[in-house]
Amino acid sequence: MNIVVCVKYVPDAQAERTFNASDNTTDRENVDGLLSELDEYAVEEALKIVEAGEGEVTVLTVGPDAAADAIKKALQMGADKGVHVNDAAIHGSDAIATSLVLAEAIQKIGDVDLVLTGMASTDGTMGVVPAMLAERLGLPAVTFASELTVEGSTATIRRDGDASTQTITATLPALVSVTDQINEPRYPSFKGIMAAKKKPVEQWSLADLGVDAGQVGLDAAWTKVSSFDARPPRTQGEIVTDEGDGGSKLAAFLSERKFV
Amino acid sequence: MAEVLVLVDHVDGKVRKTTAELLTIARRLGEPSAVFVGAGFDAAKESLARFGAEKVYRVESPEVLEHLVVPQAELLAQLVASTSPAAVLVPASPEGKEIAARLAVKTESGLITDAVDVQAGDGGVATTQSVFAGSYTVTATVTKGTPIVAVKPNSATPEEAAGAAADEVVDFTPSDAAKGARITESKPKQATGRPELTEAAIVVSGGRGTGGDFSKVEDFADSLGAAVGASRAAVDAGWYPHTSQVGQTGKQVSPQLYVACGISGAIQHRAGMQTSKTIVAVNKDNEAPIFELVDFGVVGDLFNVLPQATEAIKAAKD
Ligand SMILES: Cc1cc2nc3c(=O)[nH]c(=O)nc-3n(C[C@H](O)[C@H](O)[C@H](O)COP(=O)(O)OP(=O)(O)OC[C@H]3O[C@@H](n4cnc5c(N)ncnc54)[C@H](O)[C@@H]3O)c2cc1C
Ligand SMILES: Cc1cc2nc3c(=O)[nH]c(=O)nc-3n(C[C@H](O)[C@H](O)[C@H](O)COP(=O)(O)OP(=O)(O)OC[C@H]3O[C@@H](n4cnc5c(N)ncnc54)[C@H](O)[C@@H]3O)c2cc1C
Repeated sequence: MNIVVCVKYVPDAQAERTFNASDNTTDRENVDGLLSELDEYAVEEALKIVEAGEGEVTVLTVGPDAAADAIKKALQMGADKGVHVNDAAIHGSDAIATSLVLAEAIQKIGDVDLVLTGMASTDGTMGVVPAMLAERLGLPAVTFASELTVEGSTATIRRDGDASTQTITATLPALVSVTDQINEPRYPSFKGIMAAKKKPVEQWSLADLGVDAGQVGLDAAWTKVSSFDARPPRTQGEIVTDEGDGGSKLAAFLSERKFV
Repeated sequence: MAEVLVLVDHVDGKVRKTTAELLTIARRLGEPSAVFVGAGFDAAKESLARFGAEKVYRVESPEVLEHLVVPQAELLAQLVASTSPAAVLVPASPEGKEIAARLAVKTESGLITDAVDVQAGDGGVATTQSVFAGSYTVTATVTKGTPIVAVKPNSATPEEAAGAAADEVVDFTPSDAAKGARITESKPKQATGRPELTEAAIVVSGGRGTGGDFSKVEDFADSLGAAVGASRAAVDAGWYPHTSQVGQTGKQVSPQLYVACGISGAIQHRAGMQTSKTIVAVNKDNEAPIFELVDFGVVGDLFNVLPQATEAIKAAKD
């Protein structure tokens, strides 16, 4: 079982996130980054599958130099090897271009049975790269899996929807995106941290993938951010302390605002 | 005038409110054409016409729905080729976004997700998104192909406008590749009788502070006709279903009124409710971060505050 897990390096959500005023792209230099928390679930799920049977877990990221940290974290958790696609031309890519680069990298890795991704990144939060990737690779995809079992060449997934809970099967090779309900990601152990230092990480450029630089980056993006504005912070309204009349005061506020 | 394709969100012909919103938005951009997949068209026709659909493209093949989203993406790609629409609008639900993602690759078009506003601009379709947990507002345009926009619920007030809703059955067969994934079982959720979380005008949520007893939160919600949500702490504890979770990895809601009860206001929770018009919190810790966002806050025990408020609201209604 060869599993590729796509992991994204993102600005820390706890930090002050912002944009570059020069080109309206996400500022990834002046803010601490990390492995997108939601991708840890995908790494964990891959490790569980391989531990229960056999196979190899490769983590793949597309991102700047600092994105090496995301790979490192996944290797410390237990993944076998990393692939880092890094090329200045990728800066400012939209979801479409990102999925193109990921797809070409997965083709180059070759012989992949299962591609795992997070449900959404914690910065762009679009949640569309997995489906785009599956479309490009010609794979069946099941997104938002809350449970995954792989038996032979079939992946079975449970998905909790609003109207129903579904069981879905897909024939491998397939792509599955996982939610934060699927497992509890492990923390790297001391042994894992030491072992990660010796694990191989490939560095690929666009040329290595045969992708033309004109197909990616800000100029090639099919969407364009025209402006960004910090939302004015919400101004705190009235705060009352309950002295036996808190509920009545709440009801009065709601009536005054015509919610009752 | 160019057509604007709107993917209809419905359950057996019962059209959801988001579709009325999308048809309203579509009229700003061109002539709305609804795309209806599945059974129940007769039931749906009236409401599609009422919100201005001039045409309805429909496919009734049950096969289309059995195989998740890929056939729907193929169908839309076929319609994009045959109608050259000004835009394609889909609901920003997980399914809607997945369809949109595949459609964008198939038609070589730019995709914008989670739009909270869509207008006709000088450079084509102009969208507004709320990003980084609601701390920034971004406007964007699609520069290639057919603009594909996944629109969040409550992004427009549905406005009625009579449309012909002339229906046209589309000759469509899903490809073999579309059949790689299949729904083998579907267990319907029990209906709560309360409004849908993402569509509701009022949402009342409970967190760890409920200690697992949601009854006071539910009673209060019912007095307001509200949907009930939950924080992840409450969901992880098994007190409320995951489909009710509000936040980054749950539902993103943007109601007229959001009431957080026994919820501290972590960044991941805020990501799902910060764009609500009015925010109210009940929390016994006066330093809980949720109070930074509120229009009105009560520092107190929810088990005292909510029942009193519920009684006062019921009394006011009688
Ligand atoms: C605030 C904001 C708004 C944006 N809006 C748009 C928009 O409307 N349209 C548009 O086309 N682009 C948009 N972008 C750009 C887009 O987010 C990035 O191009 C990104 O590479 C893909 O989208 P995502 O981060 O939302 O990924 P998602 O689709 O949310 O990612 C899901 C999963 O895909 C995998 N993945 C995603 N990116 C990578 C990567 N670089 N390396 C490895 N694995 C990855 C991960 O497993 C991840 O969990 C926006 C970016 C930001 C920061
Ligand atoms: C990757 C990731 C994704 C996440 N996604 C989400 C998400 O989608 N949604 C989400 O909600 N969280 C999410 N979280 C979790 C989030 O960080 C918080 O842990 C969570 O929101 C806390 O829930 P809470 O406010 O109910 O609990 P707590 O933070 O424990 O707060 C409980 C509050 O209740 C108050 N309280 C206690 N008793 C009473 C009483 N009797 N009356 C009144 N007030 C009382 C306390 O003062 C306290 O403020 C995510 C975290 C991660 C890492």
